[in-house]
Amino acid sequence: MTPIANMQLETAIHPEGLKRVVIEPITRVEGHGKITLLMDEQNQVKQARLHIVEFRGFEKFIQGRPYWEIPVLVQRLCGICPVSHHLAAAKAMDMLVGARKLTPTAEKLRRLLHYGQTLQSHALHFFHLASPDLLFGFDAEVAKRNIIGVIQAHPAIAVQGVMLRKYGQEVIRVLSGKRVHGNFAIPGGVNKKLTKEDRDYLMKDLDQVLEWSKGAVDIARGIYTGNLAENASFGAFRSNYLSLTAPDGSFELYDGGLRATDANGQRIFDQVNNDHYLRHIHEEVKSWSYMKFPFIVALGNDDGWYRVGPLARINNADRMPTPLAEEERRRFAAMGEGGPVHATLAYHWARMIEMLYAAEAIRDLLDDPDIYGDDLLTQGERALEGVGVIEAPRGTLFHHYVVDETDSVVKANLIVATTNNNTAMNVAVREVAAHYLDGQELTEGLLNHLEVAIRAYDPCLSCATHALGKMPLEVELLAANGNLVDRLVRNADGHCEEK
Amino acid sequence: MTSSFFLDGKEIPFKEGQTVLQAAMGAGQYIPHLCWRPELEPHSSCRLCIVIISGKPFSSCTQPAMEGQKVECNTPKLNAMRRAVTQLLFVEGNHYCPSCEESGNCKLQATAYHVGMQDSHFPHQFPIRERDSSHPRVNLDRDRCIRCETCVRASRELDGKNVFAIHGRGIKSRLAVNSPTSLLKDSGISPDDMAVKLCPTGALTVKRVGFEWPIGQRIYDKESLATIELREYANQEAVHG
Repeated sequence: MTPIANMQLETAIHPEGLKRVVIEPITRVEGHGKITLLMDEQNQVKQARLHIVEFRGFEKFIQGRPYWEIPVLVQRLCGICPVSHHLAAAKAMDMLVGARKLTPTAEKLRRLLHYGQTLQSHALHFFHLASPDLLFGFDAEVAKRNIIGVIQAHPAIAVQGVMLRKYGQEVIRVLSGKRVHGNFAIPGGVNKKLTKEDRDYLMKDLDQVLEWSKGAVDIARGIYTGNLAENASFGAFRSNYLSLTAPDGSFELYDGGLRATDANGQRIFDQVNNDHYLRHIHEEVKSWSYMKFPFIVALGNDDGWYRVGPLARINNADRMPTPLAEEERRRFAAMGEGGPVHATLAYHWARMIEMLYAAEAIRDLLDDPDIYGDDLLTQGERALEGVGVIEAPRGTLFHHYVVDETDSVVKANLIVATTNNNTAMNVAVREVAAHYLDGQELTEGLLNHLEVAIRAYDPCLSCATHALGKMPLEVELLAANGNLVDRLVRNADGHCEEK
Repeated sequence: MTSSFFLDGKEIPFKEGQTVLQAAMGAGQYIPHLCWRPELEPHSSCRLCIVIISGKPFSSCTQPAMEGQKVECNTPKLNAMRRAVTQLLFVEGNHYCPSCEESGNCKLQATAYHVGMQDSHFPHQFPIRERDSSHPRVNLDRDRCIRCETCVRASRELDGKNVFAIHGRGIKSRLAVNSPTSLLKDSGISPDDMAVKLCPTGALTVKRVGFEWPIGQRIYDKESLATIELREYANQEAVHG
């Protein structure tokens, strides 16, 4: 494993005359992105980048909209984890209406929605998107390396994936009215109570879901430990980790304080109030990607980048609140030998531990009498600014809004899970490019190694691109011989200059 | 003696002074409409209630019912025209149903479903219209206004306030607020006004309560637009005759 993550391949010193290899689009991820490699005549990799080529602009066009509309509007960022955006925005709106503490029923119902989403999203990623690589091999025949191949070769696993996702979607539908883009969390609480009939309906399949979730952890663990040396080093690098944890340091998906640890597992900060995130997290913009690059302020933009998502959450948590997931977390943590597990492919294992936790947490909530309460809304002293932070399936998600006296949003800042992993995914691409592709004759199977590294992060590229008018751009005019003829640069402040 | 006319071949009784639309609704025959309200003077602007009488188009909300006349209403040609008119209403405003708080409670949206609208068909105009959120309790989102003048009439005829008017002409016409600053905060509007309650879209809404109705419990989630409209008309008739 590289002691310090490989940052050298971000920009080639002399790009002129280098061969350009493009993987576009990256497959089996949400959204649109591409990987570019610049290679010399000996196929030595000189530059490797993950580019996000789509563009959304939500931060800009929600300006002027009334605050109560935002949780429903921003969930359209995504079709896979809209619940995350719905809840993160609703948490921010809770601050605006002075609902610092929700009623027990409202908070538990929101948690139920969130765990349903975590379950379906993780099942989708592991079974539909990642399993073809993991079950058949990274360079297996491309015609077989897809979900259809999984259905043909491993029908039982494929069916479990479909049914697990279906269950999570049903939890979402029962609460929000629709499987995708429903309507449930409102400023200060939720708009609907859970009936006994709903509860019985969701309990019906839960034992099976728990069994399948346990089986999924076994599969993920078995794959990882079955070829430990290779899997522990593939695209692996040391990094910082960021996630929410509960006040007692245990695993948390819905609420809690921000915890950041370094590559040795030492705390950088802990239990940071969500409202103060901007004191600790800043974002850098680069000219070659629509996605921003967040970093921990105390460490600076070169060393302060970090990873989020299942790997970060399991690394950061002192314990899991549910017994089966805790048992699996201990097994996972043992691989780190006292420190964090840094392997990129360990994301899959961590993700399945989280799916098991989600199933257990759903069971606990459905057994909790609070969940049937009628007290759904609360409010207090109004405010003009609100921050909502949540652990989305792909990692820590920040929603920050400022409204004016007319209830209209005047400013918004979204740092999406995938954005948090931007540098990490680029580093993973460079690691894999340097170790597997350097000097090799490129094949589809080798190029898929780059996509495998990206997929481990389960990126949602469509979620991650929002800034409008902030993106610096470089336009270069090259002569046929590769010599630079002209170059135009637009800085992050929008100012253009010729260089 | 009871008078009657024929609506798509069905005999419809009517009372002296009733319009074709009133008589049809009273007989349980729904004719699509957006600008017509039983408690307001007819306006004949949305054009959805057009029927054919003796080969000529008429707004059924203003056309007096006449003995023995033959009225065509539910025909493929008229339904296609109603669908096109509804599509035009959508493209000349900025109607984003997925994030609109009135979704499920919106008569325009329900009408679109009723007339079988599957898409916008026509190019969107994307007009630039100003939102007025100055009032502490009432929101005016002109993007959603179809200029049916329901609020104009309701404010004048039912609320006795005269808060609204249509300003400008043609495609540039917009809902104007009758106040010293042209802003809602300086008008006499109240969230309890019928002008707010009767708006068939989300143009006029009460602030801070959006999305409190869960999916499945909204107005048009359980019953069709026609069923609801016919029941409301029957109730209105029972009270006011």
